[in-house]
Amino acid sequence: MISVKDLTKIYPSKSSVPAVALNEVSFDIKEKEFVSIVGKSGAGKTTLLKLILAEEEPTKGQIFFQGQDIGQIKRSKLPFLRQKLGVVFQDYKLFPSKTAYENVSYVMEVMGASGEEIERDVPKVLDLVGLSDKAFNLPSELSGGERQRVAIARAFVHRPDVILADEPTGNLDPYNTFDIIQLLIKIYEMGTTVVLATHDKEVINSLGKRVITLDQGRVVRDDKKGRFVL
Amino acid sequence: MNLFKRVLKNGWKNFSGSFGLSFATVFVMILVISTITILYFLNPISDMLVKDVEEKVDVSVYFKEETDPEDILEVKSEIVKIPEVEEVNYISKEEAFESFMDRHKEDHILIDSLAEVGYNPFLASLSVKAKEASRYEQVAVFLETGPFKELVDKIDYHQRKPVIEKVFAFTKGVKNIAFFFSMVFGIIALIIAFNTVKIAIQSSKEEISIMRLVGASNWFVRGPFIIQGLIAGSIAALITFVLTFVASHFLDSNISSIIPSVSLLGIFSSNLLALLLIQLLSGAILGTASSLIAVRKYLKI
Repeated sequence: MISVKDLTKIYPSKSSVPAVALNEVSFDIKEKEFVSIVGKSGAGKTTLLKLILAEEEPTKGQIFFQGQDIGQIKRSKLPFLRQKLGVVFQDYKLFPSKTAYENVSYVMEVMGASGEEIERDVPKVLDLVGLSDKAFNLPSELSGGERQRVAIARAFVHRPDVILADEPTGNLDPYNTFDIIQLLIKIYEMGTTVVLATHDKEVINSLGKRVITLDQGRVVRDDKKGRFVL
Repeated sequence: MNLFKRVLKNGWKNFSGSFGLSFATVFVMILVISTITILYFLNPISDMLVKDVEEKVDVSVYFKEETDPEDILEVKSEIVKIPEVEEVNYISKEEAFESFMDRHKEDHILIDSLAEVGYNPFLASLSVKAKEASRYEQVAVFLETGPFKELVDKIDYHQRKPVIEKVFAFTKGVKNIAFFFSMVFGIIALIIAFNTVKIAIQSSKEEISIMRLVGASNWFVRGPFIIQGLIAGSIAALITFVLTFVASHFLDSNISSIIPSVSLLGIFSSNLLALLLIQLLSGAILGTASSLIAVRKYLKI
């Protein structure tokens, strides 16, 4: 489903040594897989997800999504790629002026869904993340854990092929962290590929799923049933 | 269709949701459209002013005592043929005498001395009005050197030439200044309107990047902002239209007392549709163009 080949990303730097975020990274992610990308801060996890989302361009190498080279997609066609992905960010990135319901329904609007489809699907997804009673609250009226659940609902409402979650528990306490990971597992069990970037040791060790370990921009381990080893 | 409806709906939500910013945008746009309206009014007003002054300028050709009125009328028909000559009036000896008497009826000494002369000393003349100062020269040359030169006694062009040229230079200057200020104010107004919209959109910078990341196409992101600009522009245009009417109504008599030939209400009512159209168009173009340019910057994700 996702195939990363010799991916290198170098950021221009004011110092004489350029910042190498990713260094010839290669791996494949199959359909309906749950993959964790782990590593210390600065290991290249976020950069990797940004490149898959085409938020940035690689310096070298390629990423194929469903056989298509992301680097070759024109800017005007990027929305079609992004509509097949669902993204969860560490800082939630919710629309501050929209309610939880509107945040979730926006993605369906983007895809041209009808009013009936939106009215049918959005409450279901909000129910899935346990926020039916907070549907009409603004993000500022929600706790961190609740905001992240809205973000997951938004990422999942259009049934994307893949969910990319970038440190989704980074700002949360252990209790909310557990909830969010349970939600991601539920979504995975419903048949969605999940790519989770995290540096949370507890989370990784409790999952017992594939773990790709990054260190200084390189893949240092790729274990089928991995643990957090660094 | 769904997408289009959503864009309209979101545009209205943007507009109504941020009341303070929308109010500020509409307010600035009213100022801008008012400036455009004032410039629009200034054009006929300056035209009328210029026309007023220019109408006071003419050149008279005096014919010799014994010239047959028929010949004078023939000269008249020839002068009319010169391009840019606006008007030629024949003033017979008798008319000249009567108009002199009429003008100076209070001045008994003058009237008495004229009676002493015992005959009508005035000459028949043609009074010529042209659209441009240079045409008077042409009329003078034509009469002094052409086939009618024997009939002509005197042309007052040469003594009036400096005044005529000054008047025309002045009116041309007025038009140029009006044009210059129109351009300067127009550009300043545009910059202010654009910056207001830019500030309004800057506050949505973060939202625009999220929209792109969750898969919104550029038009789906842009659309609501354009609609928002369009709504602000149209509301501003309608308010300005009403303000224009109120201002014309109240200032009409004031302006007329200074420049009698200018009627603000007259200009307003005779240009009603054109004015409304210009105001709506300026509002719509201002709103959409500023939004388009301002959003473009944030769509690069």
